[in-house]
Amino acid sequence: MTATSHHPGLNLGASDTAAHEAAQEVMFGFWIFLMSDLIIFACLFATYTDLSLHGIATAPGPRAVIDLRSALIETGLLLVSSYTFGQASLALKYNSRPGQMVVWLIVTLALGLGFVGMEMRDFATLVGKGITPQQSGFLSGYFTLLATHGLHVIAAMVWLVVCLTQVAILGLTKAVKLRLMRLALFWHMLDIVWIGIFTFVFLIGAGL
Amino acid sequence: MTHAQQRKQEQRSYLLGLIFSIMLTLAAFGLVWSGDLTGGVRIITLAALAVVQMAVQLRFFLHIDLKKSHRDDLQLILFTVLILSLMVGGTLLILTNQHMRM
Repeated sequence: MTATSHHPGLNLGASDTAAHEAAQEVMFGFWIFLMSDLIIFACLFATYTDLSLHGIATAPGPRAVIDLRSALIETGLLLVSSYTFGQASLALKYNSRPGQMVVWLIVTLALGLGFVGMEMRDFATLVGKGITPQQSGFLSGYFTLLATHGLHVIAAMVWLVVCLTQVAILGLTKAVKLRLMRLALFWHMLDIVWIGIFTFVFLIGAGL
Repeated sequence: MTHAQQRKQEQRSYLLGLIFSIMLTLAAFGLVWSGDLTGGVRIITLAALAVVQMAVQLRFFLHIDLKKSHRDDLQLILFTVLILSLMVGGTLLILTNQHMRM
């Protein structure tokens, strides 16, 4: 670590002083956005928890809906993608050429696609069994919470593709670097939200 | 510290984060699959494992720690956690109470 750290996430420090100085404000601003984004998830967690206890009625309950094996694979994909994004951040900081970073970002994108694909498949399996969001409060809460997280991951992947295009066209300019650094915060935060989901929705739900 | 040394140190941080997270995730899933714990104890253990893993990822992936330069970021997330627990706790309290009265 350099002597001063300006913001959450990997600091550029001496490797790019100009971008490092500019980062403080935008990264803190984005950190504040992330905190307010967490509030959305907290509200969805709260309603989901209540509905999973009192809102099942005659529809299938958590046990029938939850597939732990698939949850474990999804968790693995997202966790490893958080690590590969870290590798991309390191390459962004230390390499003068973007090649290595781009490779790590593409790996991250592939893992993200795998995650979203698995989640879509789970949803399709449920809908195929006739388990749909409108059947009970619990199912509404379940689909809403998971789909909100899934949409966040999709948004992050779109952002990643935009950034990759910008790297290809503009090169690693200061602005592009700062965008990638904020995307890194977003990506890591989505993994942290997923910890809450796999614990409170999948693992605890499987025992209800 | 040279760039190479610093890179190595930061690389280590991400690797440690990954290893700890994998261990905590496997512990949580293993706990459920083995069925060793039941009821409230199980829920509390799982919640504790989740909180530890969140702290691990904040520390090793987002580089939030107790250093003075990180105070603002740390305070902001601690304050957010406070607000979130009030919102989630309050919502659950009210809704459970209302359910009991119905």
